Amino acid sequence: MVVAIFFTSFLFGRYPVTPDKVMAILISKIISVPKSWTDTMETVVLQVRFPRIVAALMVGGALSVSGAAYQSVFKNPLVSPAILGVSAGAGFGAALGMILYLPWVAVQLLAFVFALLAVAISLFISKIIGGSSMIVLVLGGMVISAFFQALISIAKYIADPLDTLPAITFWLMGGLSKVSNNDVIFAILPITISIAVLYLLRWQVNVLTVGDEEAAALGVNINRIRLVVVLCATLMTAAAVSISGIIGWVGLLIPHMARMIIGPNFQLLLPVSLLMGSGYLLLVDNIGRSAGSVEIPLGILTSLIGAPFFIFLLSKAKKGWS
Amino acid sequence: MSLFVQTLSFNYTKRSNILNDVSLSVAKGDVLCLLGPNGTGKTTLLRCILGILKINQGEIHIGGRAIRSLSARELAREVAYVPQATSTVFPYQVLDMVIMGRNPHLGLISTPSSRDEEIAREALTKTGILHLENCLFSEISGGERQLVLIARALAQQANLLILDEPTANLDFGNQARVLMIINDLARQGYSIFMTSHFPNQAFLVCNKVAIMNEGRILACGSPDEIITDSCLSDLYSSSIKVVSARILDKPHKEVKVCVPMLV
Repeated sequence: MVVAIFFTSFLFGRYPVTPDKVMAILISKIISVPKSWTDTMETVVLQVRFPRIVAALMVGGALSVSGAAYQSVFKNPLVSPAILGVSAGAGFGAALGMILYLPWVAVQLLAFVFALLAVAISLFISKIIGGSSMIVLVLGGMVISAFFQALISIAKYIADPLDTLPAITFWLMGGLSKVSNNDVIFAILPITISIAVLYLLRWQVNVLTVGDEEAAALGVNINRIRLVVVLCATLMTAAAVSISGIIGWVGLLIPHMARMIIGPNFQLLLPVSLLMGSGYLLLVDNIGRSAGSVEIPLGILTSLIGAPFFIFLLSKAKKGWS
Repeated sequence: MSLFVQTLSFNYTKRSNILNDVSLSVAKGDVLCLLGPNGTGKTTLLRCILGILKINQGEIHIGGRAIRSLSARELAREVAYVPQATSTVFPYQVLDMVIMGRNPHLGLISTPSSRDEEIAREALTKTGILHLENCLFSEISGGERQLVLIARALAQQANLLILDEPTANLDFGNQARVLMIINDLARQGYSIFMTSHFPNQAFLVCNKVAIMNEGRILACGSPDEIITDSCLSDLYSSSIKVVSARILDKPHKEVKVCVPMLV
């Protein structure tokens, strides 16, 4: 399914390229094929659409898996990856970079660094105040989020209303239109490593969801596992957000949909969330860039499509939710 | 000796001890019932034995080894915990819940095998609820949940079982069912340490009773010698009589029952 969406995605966009040409161009990268396409086609497919499609898969997958991980670790289905301040931190980092007229790479790097910084502060707050209490951690995350939101507002307030302010606003809406192959290379490592670590720990995460005391009695080193999971989920969210801007709803919605289909067992939940998240974001991105004459920002579309779709699912499959 | 607690003290803050100089022991096949009023430190003691809380003074030995020398995983192979039946946030299937009992036998990055699944099914069979394996834990009754949690503890294959008020919130029939299972398990050689608010249960299934008040063990011994009018009346600060009841259609069989005197 995801593979099918992956290949058909190359067909969407302003510049028409036929399916056989797309295949030929992609294959030519692996084995040599007689050239039957124009250079423009090759640029469109490899430099514009390829990174964008891969980025959509990566960002969607990363947000969904980290959402699933956060929800499991916090034992709360209402938690999204933004809970510890990742998004707000990244937003401020990006805004800061744009105000300072830094090059795009530096803007992304700042977003990434501030995303990690925000979560680090949240973790630090919970460490000095409440020991291992989850409530303190969540409250710390909310406070840090609010703090960075305020900083974003300041950044918007002092930004040049003609060019910087729209750029910041657009970034906060999220989108993949600026993604290049370099962005993909930048984000792929933290995302794949984090997913791999979570996949290895999938059973421990599962046991963690029954409650701290019971998990500890079942031999889980709860504090260490929880920290590792939060770090992985944060790292990949930060990487995703830094190339895509803030894309809401995916990290909350997809794990729910996955759970409705295959149940809460994290062993299955992780791969299914990954696939569904990748496919979903790619699909929505395709809609976004082909629906209107002007591209609709991805973050807006995920919410617009996600909300009613979620309600529909909720009414349809009520597997264990009472 | 399965469980050996010696001169244990515990406090959350430096000011006052929650547990004071607690000593007790549970041998193989023993069923020890810990009685005491609310807020007296029973659950705290369980948490200390499970290694969740770090004790300030004293020693806890399980299966002959000091628990401070064991990792969480090693400890969980020696002692299994049956919490009070509550619900989980996420809707797990019963079989999934029981397989979690296999966790201490798995490596950090491994997942349960079909052998673990088989052991989980055997545990469900032992508690008589194999037919529920595909039901959701959140949708079965409180009594059934308690049986699932006992099955999970059995799947853990630890010799010492710790049960926190195993019959709390259960109806009369389910209380009896759980007590029967506890009886069976003790006969199979498990050592059982349970807390309870019902002194009657001590007469029914336990061969040892410990009386706890304000963080201290006041008495420990067989139910017949420990559970007396004066002991219970002092412990619960209300007038309680231990009476001998004859079962109507079996005149030779007598059971002891505790009755609160309301006037």
